[in-house]
Amino acid sequence: MTAPALSVRNMSKAFRAVQALEDVSLDIHRGQVTALLGDNGAGKSTLVKCIAGVYQPDSGTVSIDGETHRISSPDVARTLGVETVHQNLSLIDSLNVVENLFLNREYTRGGSFGSRIGLLHKRRMSRECQATLARLGISIPSLRKPVGLLSGGQRQAIAIGRAVAWGQKIVLLDEPAAALGVEQAQRVLDLIVALRDADVAVLLITHNMDRVTQVCDGAVVLRRGRKAAEVKVDQVTKDDLVAFITGAKTTDSGT
Amino acid sequence: MRVHVRAGARLKRAWARRSEDGGYRQYVVYLAFVSILAVFALMLWDDGFLSWSNLLNIGRQAAPIAVMAVGMAFALASAEIDLSIGSTVALSSLVAAAAVGNYGFFIGALAAVGVGAAVGLANGLITVKVRIPSFLVTLGTLGIISGIARNMNNLQSMPIRSDAFSALFGAGSLGPISSLVIWTAIVFAIGHFALHHLRWGRHVLATGANRASAKAAGLSTDRIRISALMVSSVAASFAGVLLAGRLAIGRHDLGENDLLTVIAAVVIGGTSLFGGRASVAGAVTGALIMAMLNNGLILMGLEVADQLIARGLIIIVAVALSMRTPSESVGDDVP
Repeated sequence: MTAPALSVRNMSKAFRAVQALEDVSLDIHRGQVTALLGDNGAGKSTLVKCIAGVYQPDSGTVSIDGETHRISSPDVARTLGVETVHQNLSLIDSLNVVENLFLNREYTRGGSFGSRIGLLHKRRMSRECQATLARLGISIPSLRKPVGLLSGGQRQAIAIGRAVAWGQKIVLLDEPAAALGVEQAQRVLDLIVALRDADVAVLLITHNMDRVTQVCDGAVVLRRGRKAAEVKVDQVTKDDLVAFITGAKTTDSGT
Repeated sequence: MRVHVRAGARLKRAWARRSEDGGYRQYVVYLAFVSILAVFALMLWDDGFLSWSNLLNIGRQAAPIAVMAVGMAFALASAEIDLSIGSTVALSSLVAAAAVGNYGFFIGALAAVGVGAAVGLANGLITVKVRIPSFLVTLGTLGIISGIARNMNNLQSMPIRSDAFSALFGAGSLGPISSLVIWTAIVFAIGHFALHHLRWGRHVLATGANRASAKAAGLSTDRIRISALMVSSVAASFAGVLLAGRLAIGRHDLGENDLLTVIAAVVIGGTSLFGGRASVAGAVTGALIMAMLNNGLILMGLEVADQLIARGLIIIVAVALSMRTPSESVGDDVP
């Protein structure tokens, strides 16, 4: 058995008196979608932000492909191959599609001097953005539109497309289909499946149990900052998952 | 014939692209510029509004404002603001005057710009590290720098006795074009290039639009905000060099009353007061509008009080037309 793509061990994080995460451990594997479940305030987003380098955990480790790293900033996480689609933080509304897709990864031209001063290679970014979106089957009417003017589904597609475009090996998705229409949500799910099939390790935060049974292989349930359960999705029912989330059932079955 | 058709199609495409951004508002400033120019040209034909010497006058007046406006556009783009530019102008002019006498024009100008860099660094570091809004930080440094400038030569103006300095930074000209105008064009070109063609400019806009998202994308927003405030201060100190060159003095009150004019120019030009959207060309055009208004209203023979009123009204109309953001205008269209 190879090492898990991402492995979190004994992670804790407190905000003043509030213990948001307490001693949480989990593994996610390549080519699998793992659901991260829990009620509001259970610590799901905090966990994702700790892995993504947005927050610094008080204790605990993150290992990627078996190697332990300190993820001191979002930049470090990205370099290690971890891409995150945050709930509200993924895109910059006033920038257009191309600019968002390449934010902080801009191509430069003009050789080493150009890259030192950061001379943007706009045409190349435009071209590659078009190619990437086409490859993913994402259709956006205009790449020059500020993304604030696009629909929720299109925005999510771009945010996820960014993870795909960069060939990242671990993708963390914080409620990517919340507030989307049925058809748009389905398209986001298709993208997640495409990620899985490309051997990416996906961690998916969601409140929708149908989605869990539809696309997820495993599920980790958080409750009040602690891990309440870690199960294989095909070994439990939706009711079991809900019971773990509400605390009606507490045993750590499955593993 | 064929060529015309193709050019027409290209124009139509360009227009379609712009209007789908909701970006036509960014052209309001140029429309305002042309209209005001036309109105003054017609009304003040006999007063020589369009004479070369008067146009040059307007250009000379606009130059320091335009240079400050370019810098301010970056501060605003990063969602910061720099209220200390006026006092930075004054201090730089004095430092230039003091240094020119002993070390020549080049060191003089360099020292002045160095003052700007230091002020900007201080503004930025305090804003970012102490976590105080730049509005308040620069309100404080405005007072401090102003005081230092007043102490520097006991409220006396300091003469600049360097023909090279004056010629290069103000009084001189290249052919018929004042060196002030040339410097402004250079500052405009650098600013425009940095905003639209450099990674840094894009990161400034991203940081100003949504700092949390920019940080989540891995940008070092602290460093970006500091650099934007430094650009504002450096531009202000260069405006100080230009004023010192034009007047051949350094003085504690140069630039003191320019802050609001600069902010008006930048905002009319389509830069958002709240970050994330900026236009360097708009800022320079805004500065030209402000100078033109000053000049035209004086030529019209309005009383000072009426000048103020007229200028205020025109500014409000221009800002109202140029300021609303694309996303808001979408909201307006949907009932």
